Amino acid sequence: MPGWVVSVVVPIVSVLAALGLWELISRTETISQRDLPAMSTTVQALWSMIQTAAFWIAFGQTVRGWAIGLGLAAAIAIPVGIALGSSDFAASAFRVPIEFLRPIPSAALIPLLFLTLGTTLKSEVFLATFGAFWPLLVQTMYGVRDVDPIAIDTARSFRLGRVERLYRVTLPSALPYIFTGIRISSTVALILAFTAELFMGTPGLGQRLNFYESFGLNPEIYALALATGLLGVAIHFVVSALEKYVLRWHPSQRKGTTA
Amino acid sequence: MSPRLYRTLKISAEIAVPILLLVAWQLYTLARDDPKFPTPTTIAGEFQDLFLFSQFDTHVVPSLERIFVGFAIAVVIGVALGIPLGLSRIGRSAAMPHIEYWRAIPPPALLPISIILLHSIGNTQKISFIAFFCIFPVLLNTIDGVRAIEPTLIDTARSYRIPTHERIRRIVFPAALPQIFAGMRTSLALAVIVMVLSEYFSSTDGVGYVLLISKNTFEFKPMWAAILLIGILGYLLNALFLLVERHVLAWHRGWRAATPQ
Amino acid sequence: MLLEIKGLGKTYGTGPTATHAVGDVSFSVDEGEFVCVVGPSGCGKTTLLKCIGGLLRPSAGEVLLRGSPVTGPPERMALVFQEYSRSLMPWMSVRSNVLLPLRHKKLSKRERTSLVEDALGAVGLTRFMDRYPWQLSGGMQQRVAIARALAYQPSILLMDEPFASVDAQTRGDLEDLVLQVRDEFGITILFVTHDIDESVYLSDRVVVLTHSPTEVKELIPVELPKPRDQIATKAEPDFAQLRAHVYRLIKREQDVQGVVAPQAVEVAEAEAAVPPGGTAV
Repeated sequence: MPGWVVSVVVPIVSVLAALGLWELISRTETISQRDLPAMSTTVQALWSMIQTAAFWIAFGQTVRGWAIGLGLAAAIAIPVGIALGSSDFAASAFRVPIEFLRPIPSAALIPLLFLTLGTTLKSEVFLATFGAFWPLLVQTMYGVRDVDPIAIDTARSFRLGRVERLYRVTLPSALPYIFTGIRISSTVALILAFTAELFMGTPGLGQRLNFYESFGLNPEIYALALATGLLGVAIHFVVSALEKYVLRWHPSQRKGTTA
Repeated sequence: MSPRLYRTLKISAEIAVPILLLVAWQLYTLARDDPKFPTPTTIAGEFQDLFLFSQFDTHVVPSLERIFVGFAIAVVIGVALGIPLGLSRIGRSAAMPHIEYWRAIPPPALLPISIILLHSIGNTQKISFIAFFCIFPVLLNTIDGVRAIEPTLIDTARSYRIPTHERIRRIVFPAALPQIFAGMRTSLALAVIVMVLSEYFSSTDGVGYVLLISKNTFEFKPMWAAILLIGILGYLLNALFLLVERHVLAWHRGWRAATPQ
Repeated sequence: MLLEIKGLGKTYGTGPTATHAVGDVSFSVDEGEFVCVVGPSGCGKTTLLKCIGGLLRPSAGEVLLRGSPVTGPPERMALVFQEYSRSLMPWMSVRSNVLLPLRHKKLSKRERTSLVEDALGAVGLTRFMDRYPWQLSGGMQQRVAIARALAYQPSILLMDEPFASVDAQTRGDLEDLVLQVRDEFGITILFVTHDIDESVYLSDRVVVLTHSPTEVKELIPVELPKPRDQIATKAEPDFAQLRAHVYRLIKREQDVQGVVAPQAVEVAEAEAAVPPGGTAV
């Protein structure tokens, strides 16, 4: 089968088939239409939704929470990660606290934030930042520690100072790890921004989902979930494209990876 | 500085820093005297009362059960799908749009739907919800692991005419295993998070439920104890997993150490 | 005549960017013969061997093993690769590695065990049966690969520059091992190498290849006394004359082909080795 058929036609057919299957399962009441609104019904609900200002405002609020959360996390985690990764001593000293704080799912902090910071953007951002911080910190540390010692020695033999070594050798070498961290953190930040909205009621798409859920508006629930999924895909796409662009010189970009 | 002195200082720092942080935390909460932020000692006490004995069966066990079963199902499905997809370009092409979508959607967006479709908030709903999202890290890493198999290994299998099922069982699967384990590690961490979220959203027992109740009753001590528990759970599960990985992948470590890459 | 190669050609890709690795190669190998194939680097030796071994489909010509055309890896043929560390399974012990190709053959457990033990004994690795391959030195790992091929009981053994990644001293031991194994097991060997001395030392006949698109430049019979000896044989005047002759042929080819063409072939061979996402399982 020619290459272009496989990479273009097959995925499209696959998606159309899945959508068709959805329509079929719902319309034939294999799963009741109340529980699973038909694909066409859901798309219609989505279409109506995206014509309302309320939707786009909520959309913007979720993106805002994600962006600030990710941005703050990066602003703190990358420098700290570089500092800890460069110093074997510091990395050891802080190893235990990091290992203990890392596994705490930010989700566990929801009630605390609800009762202290309330249902404000601050809560959402705190949650997103806390969650996005750890993967990025760890990845940055790995990246800095994994720098080829021969490259560093070469730089030193050319009498490059510490700062220059940092941004000419260490950072470019650690960049793939940092980007992996950004990709993971981006996903986490979106999940947490949405979670804050769903559970705490901070404004955004998650809050709208809560609203529809409390009124039992199933087509809208599905439509919003669909939209949120598409937002997730879009964000993932943007971050991956950025990664591919920045790292286009790196050997890891040669063979395609999926994870 | 002599290496010995450096090592001693390093180890002392490793011990001292956590202790200093704990002490600082204790002093800060004592000074602040805010019920919202109890002292570490209070939290530890509450933790012991709550979880270590009385509520262990009621809450910790159901949560653990959901994590383990959901994770196990996700691993089996992820590997079972990942191996054929890793080997088939057409299969991957057809499956990738779906995989890309479902792995990008934030799990909480599907919480209401999972309840609607399964008509319950019981164990089955929780486990299916956890299993569903935990499939993806395993699946994607399995696919990557299979695709990255050394071509010479495959050529060897072909030249010795090893039949397909033997090839998959004895060559493809072990070769991809290190990558599969990496995916499993991510999935396990994800399982803990998704478990908390699904219990917090709607449940009648479990650690997430304790969290929810404490919020509703403004009880900060159980809340912090629950946070502590979830952190410990995550840490222990990860440590346990690493132990298993170390044993299963012993050959891989030895091979990497001995072979220049 | 055990193996016959007729007009074999292999081109990677199509159109103006196609890489013609193998042009038109024809020669034959008799039962029990030790034939070495030498050529300038990048001339397509690996491609040629893979086509003969049934791992690549030729673009032209055919390969006949005992009169039957080779369309996939034939049953009575075994291949030893250059990169031993990438052809031995690191999660299996030495014994399991040698056993692996025998599992699907119709043999009893006892027969399999004795084949494995005999093969490992023949290469001198009996004491290391339960170690992992990566715990052994490079030379020993290549012995494991050879043992694996032997246990498979092939009529003909194809070897693709098997000693290129091994240090010079070990190489001499391995060369003698291969000769010994040939005598003991009576198999035919087709040996690809870029080491001219090695090709003359080991073979009954040397096939000298041209630059890519490769063809047979010359077939040189090697009538040095047997058994071969690393010191005595290499001191023979005929040895020096033969190796000089081969060297001159290759040097002439290298001067003609330049630098670009062989690199193109090597890149094409490397790319062909990467499974295009779908491994041919």
